[in-house]
Amino acid sequence: MTDLTKETDEGAQEIRARSETSDTVRALEEGAVLRGVSHEDVDVEITDAETMIINMGPQHPSTHGVLRLMLELDGETVLRCKPIVGYLHTGMEKQGEDLTYLQGPTNVTRMDYASPLNNELVFALAVEQLLEVEIPERATWIRMLMSELQRIASHLLFLATNGLDLGAISMAIYGFRDRESVLAFLEKTTGLRMNHNYIRPGGVAADLPDGWREDVLKVCDYLPSRLDEYDELLTGQPIWRERTQGIGVITTEQALALSTTGPILRSTGLAWDLRRTMPYLRYDQVEFDVVVGSYGDVFDRYAIRLNEVRESIGIIRQIVDRMPVGDYRVQDKKVTPPPRARIDESMEALIHHFKIFTEGFKVPEGEVYVAIESPRGELGCYIVSDGSARPYRMHIRAPSFVNLQTLPHLMRGGFVADAVAIISSVDPIMGEVDR
Amino acid sequence: MSDQDVPTAGETEVEEPALIHGAPSSLSRGQLVVHVDSGNYIEIVTALRDDGYAFCSDLTAVDYLLAIDRPVAVGVTPERFEVSVALLNMEEGRRVRVRAQVPEREATLPTLFEIFPGSEAMEREVYDMFGIVFEGHPDLTRILMPDDWEGHPLRKDYPIGRIPVQFKEAPGQR
Repeated sequence: MTDLTKETDEGAQEIRARSETSDTVRALEEGAVLRGVSHEDVDVEITDAETMIINMGPQHPSTHGVLRLMLELDGETVLRCKPIVGYLHTGMEKQGEDLTYLQGPTNVTRMDYASPLNNELVFALAVEQLLEVEIPERATWIRMLMSELQRIASHLLFLATNGLDLGAISMAIYGFRDRESVLAFLEKTTGLRMNHNYIRPGGVAADLPDGWREDVLKVCDYLPSRLDEYDELLTGQPIWRERTQGIGVITTEQALALSTTGPILRSTGLAWDLRRTMPYLRYDQVEFDVVVGSYGDVFDRYAIRLNEVRESIGIIRQIVDRMPVGDYRVQDKKVTPPPRARIDESMEALIHHFKIFTEGFKVPEGEVYVAIESPRGELGCYIVSDGSARPYRMHIRAPSFVNLQTLPHLMRGGFVADAVAIISSVDPIMGEVDR
Repeated sequence: MSDQDVPTAGETEVEEPALIHGAPSSLSRGQLVVHVDSGNYIEIVTALRDDGYAFCSDLTAVDYLLAIDRPVAVGVTPERFEVSVALLNMEEGRRVRVRAQVPEREATLPTLFEIFPGSEAMEREVYDMFGIVFEGHPDLTRILMPDDWEGHPLRKDYPIGRIPVQFKEAPGQR
């Protein structure tokens, strides 16, 4: 028995028995930091003899990958909770320092694997701000189109897994099926269903394929009726509401104190969406509503994501109407490789091609922080350049990583069954948490 | 903070750096940066929080070991480590970045936990990856690497290389 503990022990990162935990740490694990409760009045009468510390995950179907939660339980009630992460850590930020700016997107796209295009987008925007290049209009609008399609795919995946976690198995099948309709278009455009490496510094990798308008409109026509079906299946259903309403409540002040962004922050009623409040790309030129909740519970977070799909469809229709003609990447030969045909005719084109693919383009010295609204919240990219062809430091501010800090607070006092609903509503993507 | 001492995004690099709460500032590609050291770090961040930059969106660090002679703003002594805190003013939709110089021989900073509880996990990540100690942090343990890991991977003197798969109880060569 002791050997077993030794083999699985992670040491100081783990939750300690009540008697061995200092007041500050226990308050943190109970989420009391947020509620402003003094350390003394929290469950003083509970002792170790009455509680049990158990592991949930890392191999647990409802933990969305390899999230490990240590829970202190009093019977069925969660007293303390500590998320333990790092099981998927692959050193992608370190790797990013070793890849050229052209190779960078292949790295960052693997972080949030449910919305890879957004990761590429934030990386490309940061590099372009360092380069101070202007991106052609069409490239910008293509990026917006792809970003919104990705948001739909990501939210449909959330709806599917949220349904799965709460026992609505048909929702899991519907969600995955309908997500496939979006991924089919992404595959047609980028060549891959995931990890596209499509949005690159300087523009996008390829123009939209022939007939893209019909394909996109077909998705836009197909999805609304499906969303209505989800509404019928889940939103009005008494069992679903019982499982989600009033569970895992968080207030605006608490969410802000914990640096939470995305649907969790909006579920508290604060209309903070970077697309609206600090517009990037051309989001200031399209019309959409920022969906907010009012109770900050699991149901609000579900409803927000469901309705954000509807808003995204509206944005996509506007983009389809207004897509400008022109270049899909910047015509700066120092950043963009020349077209294949030019290489046979022009010595200069051959040199540029060779230079870009062997040593990469150089980026002037400087550092920037750029943030966009990913389906999970504020996705930031901090790049420091030392003037060479590789980033000196590349850091991704992962929304899932920061949002996970809300778990101890959301879970306290709830049941283990609610814990599953709460993890699901935070929607963490472990690839992004651990990077 | 009055409007005068904040350079707007359109301006080019200012000759005399504007002082923000007594700390030198600069523009990096149009983004406002405030330079501090471990002495006035808490003071400046608190003052900025009171100015409306009440949301801590990011906290990370950079190891400038290989670029110690980098150009820095006037009035800043470059050190090996820099902790970069991205603050956000939600009322006005503006960002500011606080860059704190952290010397190698004493790689410590006071924690922001009391001001922004949300910086808890991010400070743990910086500690894990760079070995910068945040004094007063309630639970400063490794977060991404295992507890018994040696070294801090994102330091520039930590090489990229193949590392043998780690098994507990088996001494690795690392």
